[in-house]
Amino acid sequence: MWKIIRQIARTGIRSEAPPDSDESLRLEAERIQRDVLAILGRALAIRQVDAGSCNGCELEIAALDNPYYNLEGLGIRFVASPRHADLLLVTGPVSRHMALALARTYDATPAPKLVVAVGDCGCDGGIFGTGYATLGGVSSVLAVDVAVAGCPPAPIEILRGILTAVRRRRPGAEEFSDGAA
Amino acid sequence: MRIPGLALSLERLPAPLPIWRGRVDADAWQAAAQAVAAGPGRLVALWGSDCGWRGTAGFTVCAAYALADGLVWLELPLPAAAPNYPDLAPYFPCAGRMQRAAFDLLGIVAAGTGDTRPWLDHGAWPADRFPLRQATPAELQAPGREAGDYPFIRVAGDGVHEIPVGPVHAGIIEPGHFRFSVVGEKVLRLEERLGYVHKGVERRFTELAPLEAHRLAGRVCGDSTVAYAWAYCMALESAAGCEIPPRAAWLRALLLERERVANHLGDLGALGNDAALAFGLAQFSRLREEWLRVSGEVFGHRLLMDRIVPGGTAADLDPAAANRIGLQCDAILLQVKELRVIYEEHAGLQDRFIGTGQVSPQLAAKLGLTGLAGRASGQAADLRHDHPWPPYDALHMTTASHRAGDVAARVAVRFAELSESLRLIRAIVAELPAGEHRTELHLGAQAAIGAGWVEGWRGEILVALELDAAASAHAIRRCHCHDPSWQNWPVLEHAVIGNIVPDFPLINKSFNLSYTGHDL
Repeated sequence: MWKIIRQIARTGIRSEAPPDSDESLRLEAERIQRDVLAILGRALAIRQVDAGSCNGCELEIAALDNPYYNLEGLGIRFVASPRHADLLLVTGPVSRHMALALARTYDATPAPKLVVAVGDCGCDGGIFGTGYATLGGVSSVLAVDVAVAGCPPAPIEILRGILTAVRRRRPGAEEFSDGAA
Repeated sequence: MRIPGLALSLERLPAPLPIWRGRVDADAWQAAAQAVAAGPGRLVALWGSDCGWRGTAGFTVCAAYALADGLVWLELPLPAAAPNYPDLAPYFPCAGRMQRAAFDLLGIVAAGTGDTRPWLDHGAWPADRFPLRQATPAELQAPGREAGDYPFIRVAGDGVHEIPVGPVHAGIIEPGHFRFSVVGEKVLRLEERLGYVHKGVERRFTELAPLEAHRLAGRVCGDSTVAYAWAYCMALESAAGCEIPPRAAWLRALLLERERVANHLGDLGALGNDAALAFGLAQFSRLREEWLRVSGEVFGHRLLMDRIVPGGTAADLDPAAANRIGLQCDAILLQVKELRVIYEEHAGLQDRFIGTGQVSPQLAAKLGLTGLAGRASGQAADLRHDHPWPPYDALHMTTASHRAGDVAARVAVRFAELSESLRLIRAIVAELPAGEHRTELHLGAQAAIGAGWVEGWRGEILVALELDAAASAHAIRRCHCHDPSWQNWPVLEHAVIGNIVPDFPLINKSFNLSYTGHDL
C-alpha cells in the first residue's frame, strides 16, 4: 500500500486548465462547472457510440478520462446507458450495419438531448466516404448539434466540441435539438 | 522454401521478409493444408479475389501459411460458374469465419463446410450481389434484405438463460454483439456476432490510387495504424521492386515500437481498472498521455497516422528529438518498473488475474491463437524475432513468452514487451543510420503482386496487394488486409468458458481484439 501512496504523491496533480471555448474565451474550471450546472442542474452525462469508426477516435475520447483532462472535475462523465445520457458522442463513418443501433440509441436517450459527431468520418464519412457499407457522416442518421473535425481530433478538440454543444443549450441561447431530424 | 511432402513451384516476392507465392490445384490446396497443419506451421489468412480484371472470368481463393522459413501465399484458381474450393476448417478451425467472410464478400464457397451462416453480411446489400465482385455501386445500393435473427447456437437445460450484449457496449469501445449462455454467474458458452463496423474497406481500396491508399490502410484499425501502413507500404514496395533506404526502415521500426508501447500502456491501465484498481488506470493513462504528446510533438501525430508513406517515412528525426525520445524511454521505464511491482504485489489484483480466462498451450496451438495472446499461451512466434527484417536483424530482440495462458500471463507478456520495446527504441535512436528517410517509388508498366507482413502490437498483420498495369493507371485491383483478431476472436469464446460474467470485461481486455480490423 505504501508504494501506491508513494507513487501517487510522486506523480502529483497532472490536470490542466480546460481549453478555450469556441468564443475564444479562456474559461476557468469553475466557470465551466457553473455553466454545466446552470444548464443541466447536474453533471453532463455522455453516451459514446462507435457507429463504424476505425477506433482512432475512441482512443482519443478515452484519453479524455486520463488525469490531464480531469473530465469528471468539470462535471462531465461517460455513462453506460443512453437512458442516463444528455449527449451522444458519435464517431463514424456510420456503417449500414450500425445505422439501426445508432437510431435506437438515440431514441432511448431522453429529450432534450444533444449529438456531437467526432472525427472527419463522423463529419462526412472521411476517407471511407459513402459506399455499399457506409452511409457517411453521423448527420446521415441523426440531427447533429456540433461536429468536431480531425483524424482523430485531439482530446482537447473533442472537449471543446462538447462544451460548445452544452453552451448552445444555455437558456436564451440558440434553440437546441430535441428530436430527430 | 518448401512445404513438406509437396513439390510446388514457388516464387519469392521482393520483400524484406521471406514471402513466397505459388499457384496450386484443388488437390495440392488440400495437401498443403494437411502438411502445414501437421507440422509447426500456421494459417495466417484466407481470402478471395475476382480475376475479371485480368481478362479471364473466374476467381481465386488464397491462403497464406507461416512456416519456419517464411510465408507461403498459395493461390487456387476457381471457375466463374462453380467457385468452390476444399474447406480448410477441418485443418484450421480459424479458417471457418474467414471462409464465411469470403463467401459474403465474393460468393466463393468452401465446399462441404459445416457452418454456412453469414458472417460479415448483415443483410445490407442484395443477397445475389457480392461487394468484391466487379458489381456496380448501384447494384449494391439496391435495397438489401431485412436482417433476420442470427441463428445463435442455443444452450438448453435447467436454469440456463441468455445475456445479449451489444452491439452498442457500455464503455468507450467498438461495437459487436456477445451472446452469453449462463447458469447463475457462470458462463457456459459465449458466441460472438461481429461485422457491425464493416465499412467496405477492401472495395474502397480499389477506388484509391496506390500511392494514396496507405492512408486508408492506416485507418483499417486506428490502434495499429503504423503496423497497417507499414504492411501496406511493404506490399506496394514489394510490387514495385523498390528498396527503401536503411534510415527509413529504422524510422519505421521506431514508429512501430512507439505504437506498441502506447497500446500496452493503455491496456495495462485498463486491466487494472477492470479489476477495480483505479490507481492503475490513473497512472498508466497518464503515462500513455505523456507518450502520445511526445509522438504528437516529434512526429506530428499523436497516434502516428500517415507517418509511414510509400518509399519511406513522411518526416525525418533530428538529433534533439532523438535525444528527447531516449530520455522519455528512460523515465517511462523507471515508472513502469515501479508499477509492475505494485501490480505483482497487489493481492486483490492478482486474485482477479491468476487463473482467469485461461487458454492452455495445447488449445492455443489447435485454434491458432496468435500474437501477444499466443505468446502468453506458449506460442512463441514473433516476426521480429523469427524473420528479423531490417532493422530488427541488428537489434536482437527477445521474445516474451509465458505458458499459463491466463489474464496474468497476458499481463506479464505485456509488461515484458513494453520493457523490450522501450529498449528497442533506445537502441534505434542511438544507432539510427544516416541517409535519406524516403526514396521515390516508381510503379512498373506491368501488373504486379506484392505482400507486406509486419508484427503489430496485437500480432501479425498481412497485406496482399494486386496492382493493374500502368496502362490501367496502376489501379489497385485487390488489397486484402488481415488482422490477427480473426484468429483470436474465436479463442476468446473458449477462454471465458467456466468463468463468471463479471470477469468477461477483464478477459476481453487482456486480449483487446480489434473489431474494425476484423470487420473491415
